[in-house]
Amino acid sequence: MSDTHAQTVSYVRDTMLPQQAPPLTEVGVIKWIRENLFPTPLNAILTFLSLFVVYWVVSHIGPWLFNGIWNADSLSECREIRNATLGPDASAACFAVITERWPQLIFGFYPSDAYWRPVVALMVFFVGISPVLFDKLPRKMLIGTLAAPFLMYMLLWGGSIWGPVVIGLGFVVGLVGFKYLAPINSLLATLSAIILPILFWLVLAGPIIGVLNAIAPIGFEFIQSKDFGGFTLSVVIGIAAIILSLPLGILLALGRQSDLPIIKYSAVVFIEVIRGVPLIVWLFTASLLLNYFLPPGTNFDLMLRVIIMVTLFSAAYIAEVVRGGLAALPKGQYEAADALGLDYWKSMQLIILPQALKISIPGIVNTFIGLFKDTTLVVFIGLFDPIGLAGAIRASTEWNGIYWELFLFIGVMFFIFCFSMGRYSLYLEKKLQREHR
Amino acid sequence: MAVSESEMETQEEVKMNKTVFFGGLAIAGLAAGVASAATLDDVKARGSLNCGVTTGLVGFAAPDANGVWAGFDVDMCRAVAAAIFGDPTAVEFVPTTGQTRFTALASGEIDLLARNTTWTFSRDTDLKFDFVGVNYYDGQGFMVPKALGVTSAKDLDGATICIQTGTTTELNLADFFRTNNISYEPVPIETNAEAQQQYLAGACDVFTTDASGLAATRATFEVPGDHVLLPEIISKEPLGPLVRHGDNEWGDIAMWTLNALVAAEELGVTSTNVAELGAAATDNPEVNRLLGTEGELGAMIGLSADWAKNAIAAGGNYGELFERNIGENTPIGLARGLNAMWTEGGLVYSPPFR
Repeated sequence: MSDTHAQTVSYVRDTMLPQQAPPLTEVGVIKWIRENLFPTPLNAILTFLSLFVVYWVVSHIGPWLFNGIWNADSLSECREIRNATLGPDASAACFAVITERWPQLIFGFYPSDAYWRPVVALMVFFVGISPVLFDKLPRKMLIGTLAAPFLMYMLLWGGSIWGPVVIGLGFVVGLVGFKYLAPINSLLATLSAIILPILFWLVLAGPIIGVLNAIAPIGFEFIQSKDFGGFTLSVVIGIAAIILSLPLGILLALGRQSDLPIIKYSAVVFIEVIRGVPLIVWLFTASLLLNYFLPPGTNFDLMLRVIIMVTLFSAAYIAEVVRGGLAALPKGQYEAADALGLDYWKSMQLIILPQALKISIPGIVNTFIGLFKDTTLVVFIGLFDPIGLAGAIRASTEWNGIYWELFLFIGVMFFIFCFSMGRYSLYLEKKLQREHR
Repeated sequence: MAVSESEMETQEEVKMNKTVFFGGLAIAGLAAGVASAATLDDVKARGSLNCGVTTGLVGFAAPDANGVWAGFDVDMCRAVAAAIFGDPTAVEFVPTTGQTRFTALASGEIDLLARNTTWTFSRDTDLKFDFVGVNYYDGQGFMVPKALGVTSAKDLDGATICIQTGTTTELNLADFFRTNNISYEPVPIETNAEAQQQYLAGACDVFTTDASGLAATRATFEVPGDHVLLPEIISKEPLGPLVRHGDNEWGDIAMWTLNALVAAEELGVTSTNVAELGAAATDNPEVNRLLGTEGELGAMIGLSADWAKNAIAAGGNYGELFERNIGENTPIGLARGLNAMWTEGGLVYSPPFR
């Protein structure tokens, strides 16, 4: 080709030009800034506006935050320290309130020599939950998962260790009954798995606990529910409600799809009634109305009542989220399960729920995050969650007048909890997505 | 604060009665009757007094860093516990909110409510409680920045006023401005802490709540001197402990414990000299009767002879409790005012111990 035109062109370059640096505006930071911050006049204006807002916020909050005083015994001492070091006009946060009240914000009125117990209980929770969350861990750890609730109860409330042990034994009794009867008749086995433990708890548990206590009185110091407070209270209510509401919500969702009218309509009524009334009303019901109906002198633990109400409330939401997942499955999946000859529970367990729950993960985690934040509503029935404690701390003469520091701290703590839950949900979605393909 | 909460209930009670507790009321009466049959026996069997307090109000009740409750109302609980058990720590404090306090008392969850609660007609009669006395005479006042140059609440025409919603404070304010034929613009606020922030940020010219709450709030300001409390007090808020209606023996114990603290101040019995004065009969027969070295007053209310001595030893007499929790040497800095002894121009007065 080049030979053809050899005589018509006076000069032909036979070497490559050395590579030149791209224009300054097309590389590195400048290119990025030009393309992302100033691509059009409108965007340029918005960029300057945003920069101004960022500057304004940082210049107002930054000094307050970074001048923060961490060691003082009262708000007035904070102010003295600030006047001495920065001058009276400087703006400085008084984080000393958090330093001083840190154990109280975390543990509430829990006895200080037993602070290790909620901490260990939390670790037990993480160890127990990890094989459920991460499938790479050995399956044998699931035994620990079953034991974790009893261990956590023992650590948190204490008392004789035989109570939780014997209650746990009830489940074992049910399991044994199920194993023995399953080959004979599956209905009988299911019934015995439910009835045997109940009979055991009602008839035998009391005397057995009594005898064991008499023989070997081991246990921790009992700690009343009213001593729980701060983040311990929020986390205990949150974790208990999250763990209890997921199975209950799934059952309700299945119940709502049931062909049996009684089951179907009780599920519908339960979900609609619970969901149709604000949580705060249920909490007032638990704390006030129940007092009138229970016989005088009944000591029905307020925290237990709250956990039950929050669980029922969030179960109704979970049920609707899971129902969305169930509805999203093509009808063919249900028919295929039937065609394989699987019974109802097997088809749900093996075919329907794994797919439906996978679809529902974002919604479920969303509900859990909402539930965890809703635990702060217990402040209205006189429990000392972190918000309630903030009020109580402000009511002491040392810290009266402190405001944002406490809210900031509580907000950051809640953010950490909720953000981790959100990240786990993303991880789970990604993992299941890959397996799907 | 003390204020606003004390006032919050009127409306709430009415609402509660009419809506939530429609059916529960009959049962409530029943339950209250049963539970209060012999409160003193229940308390003695339990070994501790269940005392309802606020979830936190400066000077009146608040937990310290170790979770130990302290405050003016708390000391009232401790005095009653000391009168019964001789031990001021035999109290379980039950924090209650404006909404939960009356139910807690009616249902028997608590034996005594010492929660800066205003003594009103409907609470005493319709809600079936008995106020055993007044431990603090409060009233609604106004705070304004000094720079505003206002010296009387009647000069506040057209002012913006920070006010807690759903309280009788709001109604008192409306009444006051209407009576004086001046106008104002309310800025609704939910809690006292929020009100402090709004007032300091200049969202309102005036902050109104109970005078004790205003004083406590002003004490937390960077420069308290820049703000003044106006002289007008526009409402009566007698705050006092209360018990369930129907168990008069129990009510007597609470009432006479409070009276004993007041009488102790009048007679010069303090926490420091009570042990000495109570050891043997003195020259003053009323002191002797009060401290149980003469007469049988303790037995008449089912307590030991040294009940009042223990109650006074728990935290001191009325004046000492006042000075320690809310008096002029505390950051709250309240003057005795109406709460001075009747001999010094106040309203605090105890019937004779005879």
